[in-house]
Amino acid sequence: MEQRPDERGTARWSRRALLTGGGAGVVAALAGAGRAARAEPTNAVPPWMRAPGGPDEEYGRPSTYEAHVRRVRRPAPPERAVMSSWRTPLEHQRGIITPSGLHFSVHHNGVPAIDPSAHRLMVHGMVERPLRWDLEQLLRYPMVSRIHFLECAGNTGANAVMPMPLQAGCQELFGEVSCSEWTGVPLRVLLEEAGLKPGASWVVAEGADGGSHARSLPLKKLLDDAMVALFQNGERLRPSQGYPVRLLVPGWEGNVNVKWLHRLEVSDRPAFTKDESGMYTQILEDGRLERFAFTMEVKSVITRPSGGQLTAPPGRPTEIAGLAWSGRGKIARVDVSVDGGTTWHPATLGGPVLDRAFTTFSLPWTWDGKPALLLSRAEDEHGVVQPSRSRWKARYAAHSYNHYNAIQAWAVGADGTVENRYA
Amino acid sequence: MRVATLFLLGAALVVPIGATRADAPPRQGWGEPLTADELRPFDITVFPDGAKLPPGSGTPTQGEAIYRQRCAWCHGPTGVEGPASRLVGADGFFEWSDPLRAIRIVKNPVLALSMGGQWPYATSVFDYVRRAMPHTAPKSLSNDEVYAVSAYLLHRNGLVGRDEVMDAKSLPLVLMPGAARTVSAWPLEGTGRAPSPTSEKAGSR
Repeated sequence: MEQRPDERGTARWSRRALLTGGGAGVVAALAGAGRAARAEPTNAVPPWMRAPGGPDEEYGRPSTYEAHVRRVRRPAPPERAVMSSWRTPLEHQRGIITPSGLHFSVHHNGVPAIDPSAHRLMVHGMVERPLRWDLEQLLRYPMVSRIHFLECAGNTGANAVMPMPLQAGCQELFGEVSCSEWTGVPLRVLLEEAGLKPGASWVVAEGADGGSHARSLPLKKLLDDAMVALFQNGERLRPSQGYPVRLLVPGWEGNVNVKWLHRLEVSDRPAFTKDESGMYTQILEDGRLERFAFTMEVKSVITRPSGGQLTAPPGRPTEIAGLAWSGRGKIARVDVSVDGGTTWHPATLGGPVLDRAFTTFSLPWTWDGKPALLLSRAEDEHGVVQPSRSRWKARYAAHSYNHYNAIQAWAVGADGTVENRYA
Repeated sequence: MRVATLFLLGAALVVPIGATRADAPPRQGWGEPLTADELRPFDITVFPDGAKLPPGSGTPTQGEAIYRQRCAWCHGPTGVEGPASRLVGADGFFEWSDPLRAIRIVKNPVLALSMGGQWPYATSVFDYVRRAMPHTAPKSLSNDEVYAVSAYLLHRNGLVGRDEVMDAKSLPLVLMPGAARTVSAWPLEGTGRAPSPTSEKAGSR
């Protein structure tokens, strides 16, 4: 069944679109019609214009009509897993800031219920003066604010290992990346207060969760730009993001941004903790195990249109839009192709373009109603460009899925449906 | 001359006060001194050379009983069944001949990785079991029990004998297959036993 524009500029949606649409909420939101249960507009003056409005509330929430914009848990219950991933609905995000409640999270041992009055941050090891701080003391320091993305090392891993593309949307495939404004104390200030001993070169950062999550990090990077973050998007961290204090290591894989931070052990070598021994390593093509590849490399994804959505009807101007980011610096350019990479067009970068932050891009587009293959290719300020999937795959073993940043392709069918595709 | 004398006198009066202050730790921020007693319960990170390993010991035989009671529910009767991470074997719970291998990896990636196949140092086994296991009651095992469970897991991977005692001396000496396969994207020169990325060519699947 073809989709045809109706009088209101929306479309009739084919049965196939509904089947592949990843839920009626996505389709309905895209159609601009809101939730399926909503009334049709009429000529009558609506009830909310004929009565006083209701009260506001102390802590605001999104409209109930936006209740479909929420994180999804993977693996979905009732499947049993000790580790859960809560993914951001990236296709609904406009602009560079992810709302705190929608920020992705991956927990290895759940979310601890930390009483901040009983929480301490300790610095010890190769320091002149082992120190501890409570939250009141930490809050007295001058703070800095930075807008940075955070991305799980395993984000988009399905596209790395699946022989055939998993038919899913941005949230499922790309939802382990988000971007926030983070505010806190530069870690350098606290380490220098403790006094670093000669030879100090690594720091083992540990959280106060049940599993005492720990990662070893090079001191050089921590002194350069790491932050002990206490605020996210203007309010104190959410428990899911490490309340009351987390480590923020700009541009590096999410797992090293230790949540619920309570201990920093300064050392002259890494500890080879669980995650640097196994799960957060990459298996190279020749079978070797690559460790300590911290940086999340340049990456982009078209969020509109994207997998599971329907394109706007043909013949009228719309846009191809998405997000780009690089763990090395600013995004320099994004090129978009609608013909599978035969021709490329420079997209417009939306402001602000910030260091290691989400950058929006868009390209005006009037769909001609024929099948199209949409690609986005980002380049950062250091000239690093996203690889093709085949080039990325050539470096790693077939089952290695971390640090996947290949060019993403969305196939637009003649019926307007959008599917995940390898290109 | 008189002026100079006055300066010297002034200096003499000031110096003792300054010296007293210099005896106390410098206070450039809001941190409080962390005492050894405050740190001790949390000082649990073990390093590849065995630094920070506590006293205690255990054997695979002792560990097997603990494993059955505390670990098998999540990791399976022999450490390969899941649903929690695979503990025994090389590169995977999902065999290469399994046509649904990729789908299974996506559904439960932890089962594609094995501690025995990938981890480079046996000390990390002790470190992680002590800090995080069992999942529902982390930090509930005694040091002897952690040594015993670590010994059992290493034995199941064919890395130590059935009755070999694991303690602070023997555990760091266990050679793990993951060490020879390691290459580091971040330079590790001068950091204990870790191989450097340039010198590491050996190791294969």
